[in-house]
Amino acid sequence: MMRTSDLIASASRALRSNPLRSALTALGVIIGVASVVAMVALGAGAQAQVERSIASLGSNLLIVVPGAQRSGGGVRAQAGGGMGWDTLTMDDAEAIVQLEGVVAVAPSQRARTQVIANGLNWNPQVEGVTPDYLVARDWRIASGRMFDETEERQARRIVVLGATVANELFPNIEPVGQTVRMNGGTFEIVGVLESKGQSGFGMDQDDIVLAPLTTVKRRISGRRGRADTVSQISVKAESEDALGTLQQDVETLLRQRHRTREGEDDFTVQNLSSITEAAAQTTQVFTYLLGGISAVSLLVGGIGIMNIMLVSVTERTREIGLRKALGARQGDILRQFGLEAVTLSVAGGIIGLIIGVAGAWLMTSLFTLPLVISGWHAGLAIGFSALVGVLFGAYPAWRAAKLDPIEALRRE
Amino acid sequence: MASLIQARDLTKLYRMGDETVHALAGVNFDIARGEYCAIVGPSGSGKSTLMNIIGGLDTPTSGRIVIAGNDIGAMADDDLAVFRNQTIGFVFQSFNLLPRMTALENVELPMIYGGIAPKERRERAAALLERVGLGARMTHRPTQLSGGQQQRVAIARALAGNPALILADEPTGALDTNTGKEILALFGRLNREGATVVLVTHDHEVAAATKRTIEMRDGHIVSDRINGGTPRHDAHL
Repeated sequence: MMRTSDLIASASRALRSNPLRSALTALGVIIGVASVVAMVALGAGAQAQVERSIASLGSNLLIVVPGAQRSGGGVRAQAGGGMGWDTLTMDDAEAIVQLEGVVAVAPSQRARTQVIANGLNWNPQVEGVTPDYLVARDWRIASGRMFDETEERQARRIVVLGATVANELFPNIEPVGQTVRMNGGTFEIVGVLESKGQSGFGMDQDDIVLAPLTTVKRRISGRRGRADTVSQISVKAESEDALGTLQQDVETLLRQRHRTREGEDDFTVQNLSSITEAAAQTTQVFTYLLGGISAVSLLVGGIGIMNIMLVSVTERTREIGLRKALGARQGDILRQFGLEAVTLSVAGGIIGLIIGVAGAWLMTSLFTLPLVISGWHAGLAIGFSALVGVLFGAYPAWRAAKLDPIEALRRE
Repeated sequence: MASLIQARDLTKLYRMGDETVHALAGVNFDIARGEYCAIVGPSGSGKSTLMNIIGGLDTPTSGRIVIAGNDIGAMADDDLAVFRNQTIGFVFQSFNLLPRMTALENVELPMIYGGIAPKERRERAAALLERVGLGARMTHRPTQLSGGQQQRVAIARALAGNPALILADEPTGALDTNTGKEILALFGRLNREGATVVLVTHDHEVAAATKRTIEMRDGHIVSDRINGGTPRHDAHL
């Protein structure tokens, strides 16, 4: 029985005796592992990006909007009445607050108007909100402060700017304390929001101006519609588990208040976590697909190893015969050739891992995705390449072990 | 003195197409410890088959051969491998040294399969190379050695497992006459030092260098005699 150290020495000697051939054989595995690692890392990066951007909208969040959602996904105004976009009211928001599991309810009214400051024009989204909006959306103030409820009720002419608006209108000076002009009026800036970046749907969430809801209703969006309607109600649940129940409770409550039946709703409750899940699932399938395609090249690498090992067994028939005559058992020969194949594939796997990580880093920095590489990936790459070595090295090694020593010694 | 090799009614059949060839057709002989003997015969006489069976590379079709207590016909593959490693020292016509290894590493090879520790292996291999007169060439590779030197390395390798029997197949076949004589002299010396040596050859001159000649033809032993003396009375013809 051969010592393990002798087995390793013998395999490495055999591989070193023909370095070019060994390198070319390993190259197949290197390419395979590198592409698997790079593709899986890229896919995982894309997945993390999607999850992160959707989560940036706010966690445990339900968004109630007017109008019914068709099965196709579009939002339809309630038939007849001509008031499909005016179905949500402040009173609806106050009723939702009473439900169990609610942390914050933030009605808001969207408006679009030009914002002028510093001699510059900008067209952000203007959102009339209550102070709870920041709680519901997991948003923080970067500088200055948020307006309070008293200021909101008094319809004060104050605003909080999103990061993009602050940068565009006040590139060099601190915006807090400055003023902007909207819809003919002057508004004082009391705070600037932290940046949230793009949403999962590609919108710049920082291109926004927050103003007190009553201010927007009275001074910006004008007299269109009823005075107490809102364009959106954000509802934050206390936990992700409570989200599903709360969604049903909100739907039931609003149906009672609006006197509508199920299927004829004039509102839609969107559950962001289910959207997140769907999006994450899509990217995960994408990841598996990329990984699977790359795995095919690893398979090709394995066939390369088998091919070379078969050639090697044929070339070294006489050596195998001699080793058997000198007392090598079948198991010794099997292990020696098996180890050569596994060494080739694992060495290829390690080099491929390094190249794959480098490739993933290059691509993610190119596409500005987060780089996600875990020990799980590394282990998978090494384990998979070792498996390839065992699978494709087994047959040549078995052939070597089964050689008849008399025949083998006679071979020239 | 107990026999090292005891062969009784040994046969070996090969099937070649429809024909059955009796490579060995009922062979009986004994070889004692400490003997120096030659098995001679032309090609096709069955001497190579007999050598393969004695060396544990092949098994008989029928009959029984026991070597140092090992019943060759009854052994499994792995047991035969251990037998070859521990009991037999092979010397081949074409030396069969591994070209990428030094003389020392070649001699170590059987001890690797014997599971002997590296340090002990190295010391023993060096001592054996000294014994065959190659103490100064231990780190040479086979291509850097003459044919005679290569065969000496091979003989040192055959001695590495401390075998009960040295089995040499045409050991002088690839050497010039003078070198061949030196190698035969080496076998003679090893025999005087206690080794049992069996040479297999077609060359009667080589056989004459040993103490006993077993001559084969067509699968039978046709003569068995002490060289320079009378036929052995106990030969099973």
